[in-house]
Amino acid sequence: VDIRTTGGPPTAEEIAAVDGFLGPAESLWEGGARVARDDHLAYGGRASRERRHLLLPVLHALQDHVGWVSRGALEYACRRLAIPPADAYGVASFYARFALEPRPPLAVHVCDDIACKCSGADALCAALETGFGPAGTPGADGAAAWYRSPCLGLCDRAPAALVERAGASDHAEARIAPATHASVNQVLLGGWPANEAFAPRHDAGGTVRLLRRAGVVDPESIDSYRKAGGYAALRRAVELGPDGVIREVTEAKLLGRGGAAFPTGRKWDAVSKAPARPHHLVCNADESEPGTFKDRVLMEGDPFAVVEAMTIAAITTGCEQGYLYVRGEYPLARHRIEHAIAEARTHGFLGEDIEGSGLRFDIEVRRGAGAYICGEETALFNSIEGKRGEPRNKPPFPVQAGLFGKPTLVNNVETLVNVLDILNEGSAAFAALGTADSTGTRLFCLSGHVRTPGLYEVPMGTTLRALIDMAGGLREGRTLCAVLLGGAAGSFVTESQLDVPLSFEGTRAIGATLGSGAVIVLDDTAELEQVLLRIARFFRDESCGQCVPCRVGTVRQEEALKRILGERDESLRESDVALLGDIAQAMRDASICGLGQTAANAIGSAVIQLKLVGGRS
Amino acid sequence: VILWGSNARETHPIFFHHLLRGVRNGARLIAIDPRRTGSAEWADVWLGLDVGSDISLANAMAREIIHAGLANEEFIKRATIGYEDFARCVEAYPLERAERETGVPAAAIKDVALAYARADRGMICWTLGITEHHNATDNVLALINLALLTGKVGRYGCGLNPLRGQNNVQGGGDMGAIPARLPGFQDLQDPSVHAKFSTAWGGATFPATKGYHLSEMFEAMDHGELRAAYIVGENPARSEADQTRAVRLLSGLDHLVVQDIFLTQTAELAHVVLPAAAGWAESEGTVTNSERRVQRVRRALDPPEGARDDIDLIVEIARRLGSNFGHPTAEQVWDECRSLSPMHAGMAYHRLDELGGIQWPCYDENDPGTEFLHARLWEEPIGGPPAPFHAVEHDPPVDLLTDEFPIRLTTGRRLDSFNTGVQTGGYTSPLRTREAILISPADGVRLGIADGERIRASSRRGSVEVPVRFDASLRPGLAFMTLHFPDQVATNILTIDATDPKSGTAEFKASAIRIDKLVTAPVS
Repeated sequence: VDIRTTGGPPTAEEIAAVDGFLGPAESLWEGGARVARDDHLAYGGRASRERRHLLLPVLHALQDHVGWVSRGALEYACRRLAIPPADAYGVASFYARFALEPRPPLAVHVCDDIACKCSGADALCAALETGFGPAGTPGADGAAAWYRSPCLGLCDRAPAALVERAGASDHAEARIAPATHASVNQVLLGGWPANEAFAPRHDAGGTVRLLRRAGVVDPESIDSYRKAGGYAALRRAVELGPDGVIREVTEAKLLGRGGAAFPTGRKWDAVSKAPARPHHLVCNADESEPGTFKDRVLMEGDPFAVVEAMTIAAITTGCEQGYLYVRGEYPLARHRIEHAIAEARTHGFLGEDIEGSGLRFDIEVRRGAGAYICGEETALFNSIEGKRGEPRNKPPFPVQAGLFGKPTLVNNVETLVNVLDILNEGSAAFAALGTADSTGTRLFCLSGHVRTPGLYEVPMGTTLRALIDMAGGLREGRTLCAVLLGGAAGSFVTESQLDVPLSFEGTRAIGATLGSGAVIVLDDTAELEQVLLRIARFFRDESCGQCVPCRVGTVRQEEALKRILGERDESLRESDVALLGDIAQAMRDASICGLGQTAANAIGSAVIQLKLVGGRS
Repeated sequence: VILWGSNARETHPIFFHHLLRGVRNGARLIAIDPRRTGSAEWADVWLGLDVGSDISLANAMAREIIHAGLANEEFIKRATIGYEDFARCVEAYPLERAERETGVPAAAIKDVALAYARADRGMICWTLGITEHHNATDNVLALINLALLTGKVGRYGCGLNPLRGQNNVQGGGDMGAIPARLPGFQDLQDPSVHAKFSTAWGGATFPATKGYHLSEMFEAMDHGELRAAYIVGENPARSEADQTRAVRLLSGLDHLVVQDIFLTQTAELAHVVLPAAAGWAESEGTVTNSERRVQRVRRALDPPEGARDDIDLIVEIARRLGSNFGHPTAEQVWDECRSLSPMHAGMAYHRLDELGGIQWPCYDENDPGTEFLHARLWEEPIGGPPAPFHAVEHDPPVDLLTDEFPIRLTTGRRLDSFNTGVQTGGYTSPLRTREAILISPADGVRLGIADGERIRASSRRGSVEVPVRFDASLRPGLAFMTLHFPDQVATNILTIDATDPKSGTAEFKASAIRIDKLVTAPVS
């Protein structure tokens, strides 16, 4: 606490940004003006440290209002929250969103990730470089700069860009998708993007369940939601009671949709029985897997469903406080969810005595700050607690000791929304869909070289070929190169594997994974080598650095891949391919979290299993 | 945990590290200190009392505890004496009086008192903020009273802990480096004890009367009664209060011997300097830490050319004086100590190794040592004499604040420096800046002094020139200096040598000073 940064005092603007969130400082010791009491009395300690979790929201406030986080501002935030500045600096520098050096008030983040690459992101970036200047360099007037960004979750409208304008009163965020050189340049020169029309695509042939309201109801009207059947499931949950709900979810054989496919019923049961109190609920909406945008569409198109499903989960498992952690790149989803929470509160669906159950529950929205790793549940807990998003060792598992060290139910957005259907139609009807082991429907995010990219909902077990056909298939005259299934952490499948049924067991049989539901289709025009290098760079950037195998392995993997791609000598290439295999093994064996364990999957499947690279030279 | 008059965060960083583990486990921390120190920043509550008003605060807390019915009457009845006098004494310390004398709001005093009394376990830790006063012993007694009143002694997780400033302050006292005690705190004036040592030492004769403590030695020098001194590992020419006087007295001795690992400012005054090996890493032996744990120290390096082990030096001096001590190893010296000091008897070297140190008392080789003291007070019936309350009264610092000397100067230490800088001054630190007098920015404005400006700080004893540094953690009227850089700023020229008659500690913590701008003499 007593180590100071070398920054000067905070500016009035910075103080206003922090105080705007925390309220004014009450004493000299909190960074305010001296009052008489301060000479002989100060409170702090535990009371201050318990506000540690407000560090990220405070940093967001600074970034929003000032455009960057100066040392003076950081020190002021530390005074307010009793955090050692060195510790807070470690947090601020962990997250990509927080600029620790001055930055122009207007920033355009241009996605150059896989799906956007397939739609001309590289050409767009090249044009910006020539026309405006290199990435990260402010324009002549210092008012704006553009940056390359990992996936923004707008793959259905690629290439995409996210615009942020910092300002105390006129802070704003907007998206440009699809982005063109002209549309981005216009913003860089002081314009503002036109309001985007929200249009989820789900041309899914009759099995639309999770998406039944998205694009149909008014996402900002609770009445519209209720007219479409909203809040019937919550009533049903209150009738059934916790045991009844857990029985239904268990019998529906619902498996988690975030990537790990853990049985949801078992998780709920474990949290409801955990003796320690209080219990916390976390909705993982940090959808950062490249090529994935399903949770965004659910939150933007049907936010009340997410709120209702969280409420059901909470009253079933004994949680009184819920957090929805939404990735920072989803401003519209965040605003819609926040609005839905406020509406639900007004109408008695959140707060005290929900639906006459005598139970209370409320939700706080937490905003991610540009760290892929925070999708990992324990890293996400640390992030909510105001720390670096580094995963924790397991055990203890979240159901025993999760957020703030308490039993925590953490579910993905899509998983939670499934519960509404299970309660409305019964577990039997739900289990009748899909395959015996993979029940229900699944959302797939189709992007890349298909005619109609978008979000598609199909019963589990639908073949990959059928799914691609649903999206209009490949463009005229093109042939398939590969499909990246499950995003950057997933793996490549080829033409010969297109009849794989998209179920947990079906993909497992061919050594692939459904992952987060990302399906990036690459045709013969795709620059596969560039895609692989992008994936390698992605993991190098996003490794949290905590475990050596991942911190070093992701760097070595990128280096080896570059050599392989540039090397003409067969024998040298062979040794680097073998090295990739060793690195992959070390990362799988010795990383504590899924990032390190899967960071070699896609590249390994391309280079080693499919010979996609080796076979070309 | 109450941290009273201690900035352990900076002065006892290892201890504080352990304390923080407790805090993270849910322990509440209360800091009582005139300054809102780095330690206080970790505390749930900081009571910023005025310098030297500790007894008023402690007595008022005791009164609140008694009035709230939270005194541990059962314990008081069975294990203490003197309660009635004590209760009568603290009755004169209502909250309003304490607020007036300490500056701390009454409600906060009450809250802290009740929190301490109600806690199942609670300990009070203190350092020099309690003891560097003219009434140091009374200050300590006031804290002991609080622990007795609430039965927070002799139990696990409770107690009274003076934090030791060095790894072996405790050991020094244990070994008899105090005026009236022989090793193991045995009473020098007890004839049977005296006889036991005399016999063990081959019938040696040595005084059976109490010697001088440090401050008395300087008194005796002043009277011409003490004419020679043999100083081992101490730098009184810089560490004593009223430094001008200390240097004068040391310089006036007939013979001064200094045994040290550095050529200190005191050594520069000496007739003979004995270069010693470092106790750490160059010698064999033991040290005893704050929790009474005796630990082995091992030689890892040979001392530099010419420097000799303390044991060798003492043995050699004894030989020149006509006594043959032989050539004992550190272990042999220790075994002799064990044979004479019952509380160390069970601490054979091999047991110290096996158990990672042993806490005294440890009476035989089956004794695991003693985790906390005074458990006897809870035995039925109590073992040994009951613990006495002591009625003590508030007595403000001797160096009064007046219009002429309106600012209270207190002294202390910093994280990266140690005492007079003998051992730390030679190393760089990223945190260290030149010695300065720290004052409240408000005082700076009032006196028309800029941050960084050189000023003259004067007390009734002398004055020094020193740069000012603004420190927002100080309240107006309070200034702070260290004694780490005696060559840059001789802080102890300002301090008062008013001394506690019982412990011999000087009132380093409370001087009255004035701060004046340096004026350039007008050109005539």
